[in-house]
Amino acid sequence: MLRVGKLPITFFALFIIVFPWIARVIPGIGHYPDLMIFAGIYCLMTMGLSLLMGYAGQISLGQAAFYGIGAYVSGILTATYGLNPWLCMIIGMVVAAIVAIMVGVPSLKLSGHYLAMATLAFGIIVFIIFNEEVEWTGGPDGMSGIPGLSVFGFNFDTTEKYYYLVWFFVYAAFIFTINVIQSRSGRALRAIHASEAASNAMGIDVSRFKIMVFVYSAILGSLAGSLYAHHLNFINPTTFDLFFSIKLLIMIALGGMHDIWGAIIGAFLITFLSFEWLHFFEEFEVIVYGIILLLVTVFLPHGLAGIPHIVKGWLRR
Amino acid sequence: MEKITFASQLFQYLITGLTVGSIYAMVAIGFNIIYNVTEIINFAQGEFVMLGGLIMVFLHVAAGLPLLAAFPLTMILVTLAGMLLERLAIRPIRQPSVLKLIVATIAASFIIKGIAMFIWGKDPFDLPAFSGRNPIHLMGAIIQPQYFWVGGFLIVIVILLTFFFEKTIIGKAMSACAENPDAASLVGINVKQMILLSFSLSAAIGAVAGITVTPISLMEYDRGAMLAIKGFGAVILGGLGSFPGAILGGLILGTIESFGAGLIHSGYKDAFALIVLLAVLFIKPSGLLGSVEVSKFKRF
Repeated sequence: MLRVGKLPITFFALFIIVFPWIARVIPGIGHYPDLMIFAGIYCLMTMGLSLLMGYAGQISLGQAAFYGIGAYVSGILTATYGLNPWLCMIIGMVVAAIVAIMVGVPSLKLSGHYLAMATLAFGIIVFIIFNEEVEWTGGPDGMSGIPGLSVFGFNFDTTEKYYYLVWFFVYAAFIFTINVIQSRSGRALRAIHASEAASNAMGIDVSRFKIMVFVYSAILGSLAGSLYAHHLNFINPTTFDLFFSIKLLIMIALGGMHDIWGAIIGAFLITFLSFEWLHFFEEFEVIVYGIILLLVTVFLPHGLAGIPHIVKGWLRR
Repeated sequence: MEKITFASQLFQYLITGLTVGSIYAMVAIGFNIIYNVTEIINFAQGEFVMLGGLIMVFLHVAAGLPLLAAFPLTMILVTLAGMLLERLAIRPIRQPSVLKLIVATIAASFIIKGIAMFIWGKDPFDLPAFSGRNPIHLMGAIIQPQYFWVGGFLIVIVILLTFFFEKTIIGKAMSACAENPDAASLVGINVKQMILLSFSLSAAIGAVAGITVTPISLMEYDRGAMLAIKGFGAVILGGLGSFPGAILGGLILGTIESFGAGLIHSGYKDAFALIVLLAVLFIKPSGLLGSVEVSKFKRF
């Protein structure tokens, strides 16, 4: 879907702005803004991944690596070396972009299962590095003392302030992503998804576009990681393990990966499912995930974002 | 007591590596059987190994069945799980794509893992070794008798599968599905049944891997994922769909891991094999024994 309606985007923005007030009024959801911070961080990752997987049709099972690179660059440079957090955030994005180019150039020549394996291997290798380079990363115990964020003396020290900060980034990335989708590049990505050979024949530089999207998803991932690190002030490797890469895959599969809204719906649902609604199942939530995922794959091939289309199809009949 | 020399140490790493590699090879063969018929990478393959180990523990240790009865019974139960997986997770999917199938098999592996945690809990279980635990000293290396069982079963599986695919009519029908499913169904082969059979067969092989490895490294509910990744790595390293490739890939992966952990850094054990795998993929994208021509005819 190339056109993204303006009306839903505006409503979404309004909803995000007023949500903290709503949450204060309705009993029992007072802590939802805190969850929404995580939902926003995941949204950053799923948007990049949706562009890469849903639009360009390339598989990545190592996305958690970029999340971790952002978090650890921010963490190490601020906590150990005392650099400015915003500068570190940018350094993190540059590092992630460089890594993405180094991994992406040879990997994206692969396709299908080979690409899946290459990105999977990359993700696991980076995870092992986080665990083993104890001098830098603190190893499995993680590292603490990562400072919070502030601008000109204004501290983002409460949940609500951080909420608006995160969603500012998410919304900026959202608008940018939509612009990419609706531009020549977006159409080129769809063409690559449909057929690489045909796109090549049409004069699209296929490998360049694939790498560009991969780098874009890496930069968003790194930004998400930095925001995560400054929010919790503590990071350890398990946050960035293979399961998280899979969880991102679940998010966009659940939301629907052919639609940018799918990325957002998926990130929201999985955040609330894992932090809030599936507490009842405790560690057996993995079964529930499996069942949800299986049902969606079988019955809703375009994810939850595809439901309006199905309904429209019924009405037309 | 023999002196431990550097050479004997290397020999020890080689033996351990080949044993672990044999397990990876078994997982990889299971991947290939399903892939060849369906072009699906079954990420739940590792769960078959886990189920094999844990069901065997239940039947042999808890229920007290003799080894010779528990072994085939475990294989049958895991095979049933494989058939259920195909019926419930794979067959219902319409318009399959690589991504959908990857997601479906990952979902299935979550469910199997969760159920296993429900039944057996989180603790690892031990299984008595088939012929005791008195180590054999050979050239300064210590070899568990169970290592021979693992290697032996790999050889038996390879011989039986070769016979099955070359000599039996069902095996040939399965190979036909791998070549061209449409043409196979035109000559009267029931492709759907062949798909079901491929899942059963690879579940049975996974069970053997699980049963034979449990006396060496114990078994718990969440071992499946890592085994699946290593097996998948072995498949890709050897070349998707190639049986000699799967065996070679598995043995190489196991050996690299063992040498890397022993000689360089044990924490990076899992990384070495994956780095080599990436290097091979970047230099020869079709894997060691894979062929570019064959892969062009595959949908995924």
